[in-house]
Order: sequence, then C-alpha cells, then structure tokens
Amino acid sequence: MSTVTFKIWRSGEDGKDGKLVEYQTEASEGMVVLDVVHKIQATQANDLACRWNCKAGKCGSCSAEINGKPSLMCMTRLDMIPIDKPVTIEPMRAFPPLRDLVTDVSWNFRVKKKIKQFKPRPPDAPDGTWRMQQEDIDRVQEFRKCIECFLCQDVCHVLRDHNKHDEFIGPRYLVYTAALEMHPLDTEDRIPELKKAQGIGYCNITKCCTTVCPEHITITDNAIIPLKERVVDEFYDPLGWLWKIIRPKG
Amino acid sequence: MQPLFVFLGFSAFIVYSTWAAFQATSGPVYYHFGGDGADYQSPFFSPELFGGSPNALFGKLPPWWPAFLPFSPAFLMMWIPAGFRFTCYYYRGAYYKAFWLDPVACTVGEPRKSYLGERYLPLILQNVHRYFLYLAVVFICILGYDAWKSLWFIGADGVKHFGLAVGSLVLIVNVILLGGYTFGCHSLRHLVGGFLDAKSKASACANCYNAVSCLNRKHMLWAWLSLFWVGFTDVYIRLCAMNIWHDFRIFTF
Ligand code: SF4
Ligand code: SF4
Ligand code: FES
Ligand code: FES
Repeated sequence: MSTVTFKIWRSGEDGKDGKLVEYQTEASEGMVVLDVVHKIQATQANDLACRWNCKAGKCGSCSAEINGKPSLMCMTRLDMIPIDKPVTIEPMRAFPPLRDLVTDVSWNFRVKKKIKQFKPRPPDAPDGTWRMQQEDIDRVQEFRKCIECFLCQDVCHVLRDHNKHDEFIGPRYLVYTAALEMHPLDTEDRIPELKKAQGIGYCNITKCCTTVCPEHITITDNAIIPLKERVVDEFYDPLGWLWKIIRPKG
Repeated sequence: MQPLFVFLGFSAFIVYSTWAAFQATSGPVYYHFGGDGADYQSPFFSPELFGGSPNALFGKLPPWWPAFLPFSPAFLMMWIPAGFRFTCYYYRGAYYKAFWLDPVACTVGEPRKSYLGERYLPLILQNVHRYFLYLAVVFICILGYDAWKSLWFIGADGVKHFGLAVGSLVLIVNVILLGGYTFGCHSLRHLVGGFLDAKSKASACANCYNAVSCLNRKHMLWAWLSLFWVGFTDVYIRLCAMNIWHDFRIFTF
C-alpha cells in the first residue's frame, strides 16, 4: 500500500474550461487506473464522470490519456506507470469533451456509415453458404480484433492537431476498410473513395496509431500501407495498369 | 527509434556519402581496392559506368559530361539507392517525424498549422516508390556480383584463385543486409501477393507474399543495419586502398 497522487481532468459547468484536480488515494497491488478512478468516485468525488463497461479491455469504452499517452484505463496497471510522481488522467483530446473523462465520439459512427458495406459474391453452395480458405481470411482476422476504443483516432496527428475530420477517416476506419476490401468474398470497390473523400493520402505513416492500439493491430504496416499500395495501383502507376490485366486474379 | 537518433543517423549518412562522392572527383581512386590481387568495389560506386578504377565499364569520363562540372562515378548512380530510401515507407514515417516534426512525437503538438500529408504535391510523388524498387532489385544483383568478385584473388601466377578475406566478408554481409532490406519492401509485398484477396488461388504468390512479409516485419531493423553497413563497406575499402587498414586474407585455394 502506498499513497499516490492523481491529477484528474474535471470539466467546468458547460463541459469546457476544465482543469486538473488533485486526488490522493491508497494504491494496492494489482490495481488498474480504472480502479483508482472508481475509488475516487466512491470516496471523494461522487460526480466524476467516466465511461466504462467491461473492465477487461474488450468494450473499448474507458479510453483516456494517462500521463499523456492514449490508453485504456482498465488495462493500465499501476505497476506499468511511474507512481512516485502525480499521475495525470485526461479525456481523449481529439474529440469534443462532454464531461470530465467522457468525450463525444459520435463522429466515428458517422464516418463508419459512409463506408461502403460488405457486399459478398453470390453464395457458393445451394444452401446459401460460402466456402473460404483459412489462409485467405487470416489477414482480415487481425483487423476484426478492433474494439473501437478510438485511441488510434485520438493519437493520429491528422485528426488531433490538424482537425481533418471532414477529409480523413482516421486509422480506425482505414483498418475497417481494409477488413472489407481484403475480404475474399467481398466484391465492392472502395479504392476511389479511399483516395478522395476518405483522404488516405493524409496519413504520413508515422505509426503513432500502431503504438497505442490495445489490440496490437499492426495498423500502419498491415492495413494502411497495403491500402496505399492499392491506391497506387489504381491511380498512380501506368505500368501497374498493364500488370493488373495479366496478374493472377483472386 | 527515437526521432533524434533518426535525425543523427540519417544526417551522418548523407554527409558521409556526399563527401565520398565528391572525394572521387579528383585524385587517386579510393573506392576500389586492388591490392594483393583483390578486386573490391565500393557499393557507392557500383556499377561504375565511367570512372578511374579497373571496373569502369565505358572509360574514364562520359563524353557528354560538361567540362566545367566535377565528375564522380557516384553521380550517375547514387540517385537510385537514395531515391529508394527516400521514398521507402519506413523512412518516410521516420523522417517526417525527425526532420519535419510532423508530428514531433505522438500526441505532441506540431509547430505549423497547415498540413497536406502525402495527398498533394510534393509528397504525392512518394507514390513512385515501386519504380525505385525495380531499380533497387537490379542493384542487388550487381552488388551480388561484386561480392562474388571479391572472392577471387589474382595470385603470383597471374591467375585468379578462389579465396576469402575480411573484405570479401564485408562485401557479402553488405549484399545480404541490402537484400533483406530491399526484399522486405512494402511495395514488393503488395506486388508479389498483397494485391490478392484470396491467395489460395495463386500459391506461388502466396509463398512470395509470406517470404516478403517475414522480412517486412523487421523492415526498420534491416533499413538501419543495411544503411550502416553500406557506409562501413565504403570506409573499409577506402582505408584499405589508402593503405591505412590491411585486408586480412583468411585463405586462398
Ligand atoms: S500512421 Fe497515419 S493514421 Fe496512423 S497515426 Fe500516423 S498519420 Fe495517423
Ligand atoms: S484499431 Fe486498435 S486503437 Fe484503433 S479503435 Fe481499433 S482497437 Fe482501438
Ligand atoms: S472498460 Fe471495457 S475496455 Fe476498459
Ligand atoms: S517500403 Fe521500405 S524499401 Fe520499400
């Protein structure tokens, strides 16, 4: 047991003009940051707002910035961060604040609606089912681990610092598009939108999204760069247009 | 890799390679070592179309080269590996951070307001990367041939004998590291199989894709090791040619 100081972001009346407020609490072994927030909520600040659900790193609700690093509060154990200094807990900065640690992430859901949905080829068998090889589905399975915590959206400088929310869909939705676009059954073409409305060219492959992803999805290398290469095939590579005619299909 | 190390590493390499290229515009040839029957060509100067070493293919000076400009064999070729690395996905991400501060570091604000990314000119030109890849693959073959030549030594009888010296090892490691870097390229990964959604329909593509993916996972490591080693190879050959280092022969048949 030791006493640890936490500086937690508390918003003002209208959700804005907040400040960091200091709380001190006992930390015991095995505690995660979300436990601390709950404890402070129970004993010192009943009106402290935070979003959470599973406490197991699977619902993606408890995203926050712990000591400036976008992380899940329920998956950050106190022995993973220095607790001899005050620990800061702030809401995600790339989204509009609602209250205390809660932000309005609804922009993400609006973006998702704009991405062309899964459109499978006609069923392979008369009973309406399909046949796929495991090796063909391996690649998209990685992307399906996403828990929509939006930490990658939060850290991405294109959204966070340059506010390109209208022109860029962010790493989470590049992963989502990759999962659809590389799916062996899918027949839709999302490449023209990726280049234009969805702004994949804004990503400058600096990999901050990959470093924060709690599901360890290799966002930049496995989703974004392969999609960028598909955009090159379609729009920037004259030889590639020839190659596309003769290369194997599938 | 911390942006500061990227900045220092990249800067050091650029300064050294530029110096090496200009150093070859006059005076004795230090990019080729022929002492003791060896034949080592520095990778910065290979293939040597025109130049002063015995490996020059077409003579000393290109006839069309303007007389008032200094000429170095590196000028004709160095833009290829330079362009390849400059447009490499790994290096791009690394130098945008280290040289352009775009971003300074994850979640650290940026010094400028406007941002174009790789969406508009000039950075949209980065999409040419795969063409540099094609040229880089040719380079690997040439450097492989140079490494092979480094295993043959002219003996006292005037005949070439197979052997091994420290210099041969330096050149062999060089082509292995450059190969690991080049064949782990993201564009190559796409071109050999990444474009497919169902790889089971083309097993040759699937195998190539898996092999490239394997190298690609450590692309950053290959990038830095090969960058360091290619510079070191030039240093090694230069110091041998200047008689400062002695090339140790392990054996000859
Ligand atoms: S790699 Fe691209 S998407 Fe990911 S954080 Fe960087 S700019 Fe954003
Ligand atoms: S890709 Fe990773 S960081 Fe981004 S929303 Fe999904 S789980 Fe979270
Ligand atoms: S509470 Fe569900 S991920 Fe943290
Ligand atoms: S991506 Fe690094 S060499 Fe092509």
